[in-house]
Amino acid sequence: MSQKLTYSDYLAHNQLPLMWCAGCGNGVILRVLAEALAELNIPPHKVVVTTGIGCFGKTDDYMKTHACHGTHGRALAFATGIKLANPELTVLALMGDGDATTIGGNHFINTARRNVDITAIVANNYNYGMTGGQYSSTTPIRKVTTTSPYGTAEPGFDICELAKAAGANYVARSTTYHVVQMQKLIMEAITKKGFSLVEVSSPCPTYFGRYNGMPSAVNMLNWLKEVSVSPGKYQTLSEEEKENVMVIGKLVDRDKPDYLSVYKELTATVK
Amino acid sequence: MPNDKVMFTMGNVACAQAALDAGAKFYAGYPITPSSEVAEVCSRLMPKYDGVYIQMEDEISSIAAMIGASLAGVKSFTATSGPGYSLMQENLGFAIYAEVPCVIINVMRSGPSTGLATRPGQADIMQVRWGTHGEHPIIALCPSSVQECYDLTIKAFNLSEKYRIPVVVLSDEIVAHTRENVTLKSPEEIEIISRKVPTCPPAEYLCYKPEADGIPLMAAYGEEYLVHASSSCHDETGYSNNSPKIAEALIHRLHQKIASGRDEIVQVAAFGPQNAEIMVIAYGATARAAKQAVFKAWEKGISAGLLQIITMWPFPDKEIMALCDTAKALVVPEMNLGQAHQEIEKVCRGKLPIYPFSRVDGEAIKPGQVLAIIEEVAQCLKN
Repeated sequence: MSQKLTYSDYLAHNQLPLMWCAGCGNGVILRVLAEALAELNIPPHKVVVTTGIGCFGKTDDYMKTHACHGTHGRALAFATGIKLANPELTVLALMGDGDATTIGGNHFINTARRNVDITAIVANNYNYGMTGGQYSSTTPIRKVTTTSPYGTAEPGFDICELAKAAGANYVARSTTYHVVQMQKLIMEAITKKGFSLVEVSSPCPTYFGRYNGMPSAVNMLNWLKEVSVSPGKYQTLSEEEKENVMVIGKLVDRDKPDYLSVYKELTATVK
Repeated sequence: MPNDKVMFTMGNVACAQAALDAGAKFYAGYPITPSSEVAEVCSRLMPKYDGVYIQMEDEISSIAAMIGASLAGVKSFTATSGPGYSLMQENLGFAIYAEVPCVIINVMRSGPSTGLATRPGQADIMQVRWGTHGEHPIIALCPSSVQECYDLTIKAFNLSEKYRIPVVVLSDEIVAHTRENVTLKSPEEIEIISRKVPTCPPAEYLCYKPEADGIPLMAAYGEEYLVHASSSCHDETGYSNNSPKIAEALIHRLHQKIASGRDEIVQVAAFGPQNAEIMVIAYGATARAAKQAVFKAWEKGISAGLLQIITMWPFPDKEIMALCDTAKALVVPEMNLGQAHQEIEKVCRGKLPIYPFSRVDGEAIKPGQVLAIIEEVAQCLKN
C-alpha cells in the first residue's frame, strides 16, 4: 500500500495508444504531469482533472484519476465547484489555448482573480488542432492557419501575463523541449496554495508548424529551444531582441490568500 | 424546530430556504432579475449551513461550478431567469448526459432576449424541455404559490438525487415575488433522498454501470471509487467511446430511467370537480387566477374545474387524457402563445375543443379574463 507511486499509476493503460499526431507535445506533457504527481506522492483518487474540448482536452481519457471532461472552455469553472466542495482534492485544469484563453478567457481571468486553489496547465500550440488548425487567441499576428490563409490580423495573448495581471499566485512557462524544468514547475504549481498556472509551449507540427515553416517535430523542438530564454537572460536583451524570444521559468510566486481561506475567515463567526 | 415554522415571505426566499432544508451546501450563481433574492438569501445563510456561496462570472460558469460541486459529493443548486437560463443550456446537457444531480431555479420573466426584465412570463416551457441540444429527458416542476416553491424545491432535490438528473424549478416572477405564508418543515418532517453510493470493492466499480432501475451508483470525487464524468459519449467506465451501439443504449437508458419513474415524478393538483364540463388547465401564477375563475364560474352555475399542472416535464399526459372522457371542453390560459396548449392538443388528439388564452404583454392573466373565457365556452356548449 505504501509502495512508492510511479507515473504509470496515473495512466489509463487500456486507453492507449494516444490519439495525438506524431510530433505532438501533448503526450510529453501527460508523461511529465504523471511523473510530477508520482513525485509528489498524491494518490490518484485524490486527484481530479478537469478538461474542456480540444486536443489537450482529451488528456483525461488517458489518466486513471477522477475526471470531469466538461464543455469547451469551462474546465476552470467545473474545477472551481469541485475544489470548493472538497478542498482536500488536488484539482488540475488541463486546457489548450483555445479552452483556456479564447472561449474560456472569462473563466481564466476570474479564476485567477479569485485565486481559487487550482492548478491550470495550459498546452499552448497556438492554434485549434482538433478542428483542423484554425487560429486561436494565442496565434501570433501574421501567422498562417487554416482560417488565416493570409496571416492572422490579430495579435495573440501572452497567457502568463494575463494570469499575472489577473492575480494568480503562481505563474510559470515551459516547453516540451524543457521537460526537466517543466516537471519542476508543475510540481511547484501543484504544491502552491491559490491559483497556479503553468503554460507549456507545445508543438503542433501537423498544423501550426506545417503552415509556418516548421513541418516536422524536430523543426518545432528546435524552434522552442532557440526562442526560449530565462527571466534573467531576458532582462539583458534589447527591446528588439525581446520581441523574438519567449521567457520560460517561474514568472510569479506570491502568497495572497486563496478564495476559500478568505471566505472561511469572513464567515467563521456566522452562526 | 421552534414554533416559528410559519414564515411570511416571497417565493424566491422559500426556494432558497427549501434548498438549504433539503441539504444543499453549494450555491453558484450570477445575479439576474427576478431571481436575485435566491442568491442573496444563500449568500447570507450558506455559511450557517456549513456550505459555500460563490458568485461566478456568468451563468455558464455558475452551472459548471454547481455540476463540479455535485460531482464532488455536495448537493448543489443555482437560480436564474430566461437570459441566464439560455446561457446554461450547453452545460445543462452535460449534467443530463453525465447524470449529475443538481437543481436549477428558473424564475421566468417576459422575453425573448432581455424583454421586459421585471415583468412575468411563462414562455420558457419549451426551452426547459428542449433548450439544450440533442435527445434528452428533463424534469421540471412549476410552483404556483410560496408554499409550493418550498415543497417543490425539496422535491426537486429528491428527484435529482434519485434519478441523477438536473431538475428545474420553473417558477415565474409573480410566484417569486408574491409574499404569503409558508409552513416550513422541521428536519424530521422532511423526506430527504440522496444519491445511491457504491459499496463494492473500489476496483470493481464502474461509474456508469446502471443498476436494475437504470441508474448508476454515484461515488464522489476523492473516494477510492474512480469517477470519470464525460460530456462525450461514454461506456460504463465513463471513458469516451464512439460505438454506435453504446451511443444508442445510453440515450435510451437516460430516457428509460425517467419513464420508469414517471408516476412518481408527475404531479398535478385538482380544484373543483374533475368531471366538470369545462376543465381549465393551468400552471404557475396563472393557476392562481384560474382557481379563482373556476370557483366564480361554479357560483354562477357553470360546471367548471381546474387541473393544475405541477410537473411540467415529463408532461402529465395520462392525467390530461383522462379529462377527454369526462369534459366537453378545455380552457388553457398561459403567459405565452400556447406552449402547454400545443402539448395538450397532442395528448387530446382532437377529442374535444381546447380554447387557449394567451398573454404576452408582461401582465398577469387575471381571474376575470379566465372567467370570461369559461363563460363564453359555457355559452358555446349550450348552443
